[in-house]
Amino acid sequence: MITIDNNYLKEQIASHLGKQLLYSEETYGMLCVETTKESIISLLQFLKEHSELQMSFLTTMCGIHYPDHKGKELGVTYHLHSLVNNIRVRVKIFFSEHDCVVPTATTLFDTANWMEREAFDFYGIKFEGHPNLKRILNVEHMNYHPLRKEYPLEDATRTDKDDHFFGR
Amino acid sequence: MNDIANIPNNNKAAKGGDSKESISGEFTTLNLGPTHPATHGIFQNILQMDGERIHSTEQTIGYIHRAFEKLAERRPYNQITPITDRLNYCSSPINNIGWQLTVEKLIQADIPKRVDYMRVIIMELARIADHIICNSVIGVDTGAMTGFLYIFQWREKIYELYEEACGTRLTTNVGRIGGFERDFSPTFHTKLKQFIKDFPQGLQEFSNLLERNRIFMDRVINCGPISAERALAYGFTGPNLRAAGVDYDVRVMNPYCSYNDFDFTIPLGTQGDTYDRFMVRQQEMWESLKIIKAAYENLPEGKYHADLPDFYLPPKDQVYHNMEALIYHFKIVMGETKMPAGEVYHSVEGGNGELGYYLVSDGGRTPYRLHFRRPCFIYYQAYPEMIKGALLSDAILTMSSMNVIAGELDA
Repeated sequence: MITIDNNYLKEQIASHLGKQLLYSEETYGMLCVETTKESIISLLQFLKEHSELQMSFLTTMCGIHYPDHKGKELGVTYHLHSLVNNIRVRVKIFFSEHDCVVPTATTLFDTANWMEREAFDFYGIKFEGHPNLKRILNVEHMNYHPLRKEYPLEDATRTDKDDHFFGR
Repeated sequence: MNDIANIPNNNKAAKGGDSKESISGEFTTLNLGPTHPATHGIFQNILQMDGERIHSTEQTIGYIHRAFEKLAERRPYNQITPITDRLNYCSSPINNIGWQLTVEKLIQADIPKRVDYMRVIIMELARIADHIICNSVIGVDTGAMTGFLYIFQWREKIYELYEEACGTRLTTNVGRIGGFERDFSPTFHTKLKQFIKDFPQGLQEFSNLLERNRIFMDRVINCGPISAERALAYGFTGPNLRAAGVDYDVRVMNPYCSYNDFDFTIPLGTQGDTYDRFMVRQQEMWESLKIIKAAYENLPEGKYHADLPDFYLPPKDQVYHNMEALIYHFKIVMGETKMPAGEVYHSVEGGNGELGYYLVSDGGRTPYRLHFRRPCFIYYQAYPEMIKGALLSDAILTMSSMNVIAGELDA
């Protein structure tokens, strides 16, 4: 009988990914691994179809933007959950904002459809092979991706406010 | 949006259409929404109708998108609680407390048992209120107005309880990071005792009107079914998943707020149709009431908030007379509290499913990234599949039984 815990999960992921496992860490009880966008689908498929782990539930996925990480500005975070073993994992990929084409996960999870559309809408991440990749929450004629860090929440042209004293 | 213009009227059933079913091989485009009175919210569905049957559906969402995830990147942690109110506004206390739990997980706070129990009481009241709205509206959509009118007085009682606990009714902003802003008042205790005593009768009355009503059953059984397998593929959670027969409940699987202290069952359906969803919610209300009763009877003594001077506002009288209290007050109000850097995912069982918060902190005053896992955003995409081949009136019922809340859908 194998105990399915974060260590076992990490071993399995490491043996599957090999050198493609760029980083792994356990924070707040959840294992977090980073891989490349080339091997993300094979990893998701491996976790989904693994006979012991059975991580077949895609809880959520979302984009993230780190403008200072050169060459790895944009990222996608997947949260997988095994309802059988009650174990979760967070898988991340990072890539350049000039080459933000990622293979779609809709082939594995139907639920990834809208999640990917959301990540496309807010971060401009293009999911290759997505059946219907268009904006989902914002209007279609919008010409930018609002959750990227270069779009400040407040009007950047405002000069009447000086937030300097409040550490902003 | 451009979709409306792109879909030609009466287009030939060439693209993916099954012309054998269609008498003339033509479809009628029907625009359901965005402000249709029967959809209870701003949802647009462009239906391709084959006679009376729905052939395909094109969904448009985002009409009340308010960019909460972006807003959250500019707000200190305690100012994000009111944003979460506006997600699933039928059960906002669950959203508030879920967010507070996420932050408490990030700062690894030690929360007193009393706070846990108080939160459980408030959250289960919210679940009852949420299910009351959903189930009574299913009744309304089948033409049964009576149940709705009678059971809504219990929702009103719950809102009065919220009012006693935090001063507001719909968008509650209840509690703070670390606990509650005040202890339950004597009026709260009186009203809660009255509620525990009287609600069973009210719920029973509603059950008697609908649960075994032949007309209602004939109307909702086999309406908008989904199999367990498809429900899981679509990321269903909450009552909708349980109606399909999967016993996934965050309260049981990953207990938070001392939920493991309470004895309750997870009601399950079998075929995931409107009737099962309705019945699962009905049973959950009984279970919630049981939890409230147990939590209230065993409400531990102690403080109603954790000892977190960096996050929990000091009492006002101390702010005026005590220097430390004044400093902490200023720091909290101005959002200058130091946060640990890290990433947290925390989820709670919301009114309609697993409500998750993925929080990335870089140690700044605001979250670096906050993503809400909104259950209905995720499961609403299964709607076209669920209503394919159904009648238009079934589509309305399916939507109301899925408990799609526009505020949560569009975030």
